[in-house]
Amino acid sequence: MLSVLSIYRWIRIVKMGFKSLWLHRLRSLLTMLGIVFGVASVIAMLAVGEGASQVAQDQIRRLGSKNIIVRSVKPSLEQKATGQRSRAIEYGITWADATRIRSTIPDVEILVPNRIIRDVVWNTQWRVDGQIVGTVSWYPEMRELQIIEGRYFTEIEVQSVQNVCVLSINTITSLFPNGDPVGKSVRIGSDYYKVIGIIEDEGNIGTPSQTQSFLVQTSENQNKSRKPGERFSPQREIGKRDEQKGPIATPQYRIYIPITAAQKRFGETLVRRTTGTFEAERVELHELIVMVNVEERVEEVAKIVDSILQKYHKQRDYELTIPLELLRQAERTKQIFNLVLGTIAGISLLVGGIGIMNIMLATVTERTREIGIRRALGARKRDIILQFLIETIIMSGTGGLMGIALGLFIPYLITYFATMPTIIRLWSPLIAFGISAGIGVIFGIYPALRAANMDPVEALRHE
Amino acid sequence: MKKCVIKLEKLKKNYKMGSVDIYALRGIDMEIDEGEFVCIMGPSGCGKSTLLNLLGCLDKPTEGKYYLNGCDISAMDDDTLSDMRCSYLGFVFQSYNLIPQLSVVENIEIPLYYQGVSPNESRNKSIELASRIGLAERLYHKPTELSGGQQQRVGIARALVNNPLVILADEPTGNLDSTSGKEIMGIFTELHEQGKTIIMVTHDENIAKYGDRIIRLKDGLIEKDERISKRISV
Ligand SMILES: Nc1ncnc2c1ncn2[C@@H]1O[C@H](COP(=O)(O)OP(=O)(O)O)[C@@H](O)[C@H]1O
Ligand SMILES: [Mg+2]
Repeated sequence: MLSVLSIYRWIRIVKMGFKSLWLHRLRSLLTMLGIVFGVASVIAMLAVGEGASQVAQDQIRRLGSKNIIVRSVKPSLEQKATGQRSRAIEYGITWADATRIRSTIPDVEILVPNRIIRDVVWNTQWRVDGQIVGTVSWYPEMRELQIIEGRYFTEIEVQSVQNVCVLSINTITSLFPNGDPVGKSVRIGSDYYKVIGIIEDEGNIGTPSQTQSFLVQTSENQNKSRKPGERFSPQREIGKRDEQKGPIATPQYRIYIPITAAQKRFGETLVRRTTGTFEAERVELHELIVMVNVEERVEEVAKIVDSILQKYHKQRDYELTIPLELLRQAERTKQIFNLVLGTIAGISLLVGGIGIMNIMLATVTERTREIGIRRALGARKRDIILQFLIETIIMSGTGGLMGIALGLFIPYLITYFATMPTIIRLWSPLIAFGISAGIGVIFGIYPALRAANMDPVEALRHE
Repeated sequence: MKKCVIKLEKLKKNYKMGSVDIYALRGIDMEIDEGEFVCIMGPSGCGKSTLLNLLGCLDKPTEGKYYLNGCDISAMDDDTLSDMRCSYLGFVFQSYNLIPQLSVVENIEIPLYYQGVSPNESRNKSIELASRIGLAERLYHKPTELSGGQQQRVGIARALVNNPLVILADEPTGNLDSTSGKEIMGIFTELHEQGKTIIMVTHDENIAKYGDRIIRLKDGLIEKDERISKRISV
């Protein structure tokens, strides 16, 4: 069919299409809008989706795909036993668990025991609500965290219980607005810690049941909030629960100190205040990170770790997080998200296509006489089909291009104003354009056929 | 002997109006030679337009044979009919039937589009024809900016641009005043003198006198077929 038409016919047909659309510029533009917004929204939505999932995946990846994170969780049964207020609730993973895991499983490479305490960190008048992480010297290596300035604490400093700390980079602006924190000191409670380095921020874990990190109140607040009659002598009272939820959470201001120092300064008993009463809790380790040497074995090792822990824990007072699993979950979520977006986009493009078809049908009726004249002067049916089909394709194609331009611009605005990350994949404009051109063909065919199948005699008489 | 360009054998055309059959043409036999100027006359509804549409390959007969330049039209498919119109026929309509959004030259060159003539060549040809029929000054005007007589000239130019074997005209002067009508008939006479075959439908006896043969139809049949020996000069 195409070879029959000479190149001149093609040039003419395309020219004719542009000319006749230009003749009704406003109508053509309005008709195209459906496609424009359809295509633009596909690209923009995909960009936002990709951006969000990239952030989530990055955060999960930063937890380490070879890691298994074990956390202490307050058992749910205990929560109701408020009658036993006088006794401190003991729960969570212990040093003994860590030793057991290391000695039982050969695939475990490194074990990082952590204690996480929330407290206010001071530098003279500047303060942040920080998470104090008591940990070991090989922590950054394991989490693949970069030391930005200075150094991390050494094993010797851990053994000798030094008051040193490493700040995560996001704390610097609030805590040291004048810069240059290395060598200075920060205060937590009544203790001073020497800043020896700055480290990269780390990703957050989000799990349905939440991490049990508590805000440890500062000594200033301690006296005010404690009732005179209370006999508790735990090191710190706990003010509020950690509010970090979901895979994407606000940045945590982390301060790393040797785990030995954390044990010595904060002790093992924490107090949580609930509606005027106090609950004391004893937690040896808040977090234990187990690194498996090959990614393939992560899930298997996780099961073994779980069974080891189960043996020594009467209640389920710990929780396993496997970043690899989260990553897969995020992948699945993204797929569903893309599917939903695809459906929405498909519907909007369908509506756009119907709009085009509607206008083309009206155009065909309006130009019935022209069709009759052209047929009488020698136009074949296919010439008429092409004439109208080209018009639709031009409209949907131009609409598609405008939509791409708009669709590339919107994510830029979103990133600029809403500071949300957006990622435009090369295939998204290509697909969007392909679909819009396809819509031109699909929705153009019926009006074009209707035009071509008119009886020339009837068409000439039409008015 | 002159070449026979059109030959009809027992040509019939029925229209179905619901359950009723309308016999528009009930058996027409005729032969038209090259160079003839035939006027078809008859009362309204006798089948003149139906006959012209059949001759113009716009429609197919219900029964009978139609040979155009020796080819049997009744057996042809739609594409071949289009090609026949494209290469052998030129149409002149009562209501001009120019495409309003196109200029004079663009209207004239339409038949060349469908012959695949190059844009330059068709533009040149179109301008040449427009000048020949006295529209050199109006090449890029739209049809609505022209008088009826001028529009019909464009119509004639368009019918001539593909150098057709036969020119078919359905009451070409029907919408014109007598002066413009005379001008248009002048052009037809000129074409006739140049040897063009012209078939024209009219119900005006004065117009019919320009032809050299008058075929009178009545109720879908040929009532009278007469040759006029003495022609009126313009
Ligand atoms: N498309 C059609 N459908 C039904 N009847 C038609 C159609 N075209 C013409 N006719 C009928 O055929 C007859 C001849 O019509 P036509 O050729 O138009 O007459 P004329 O041109 O001589 O006035 C008329 O009776 C008319 O009603
Ligand atoms: Mg008629």
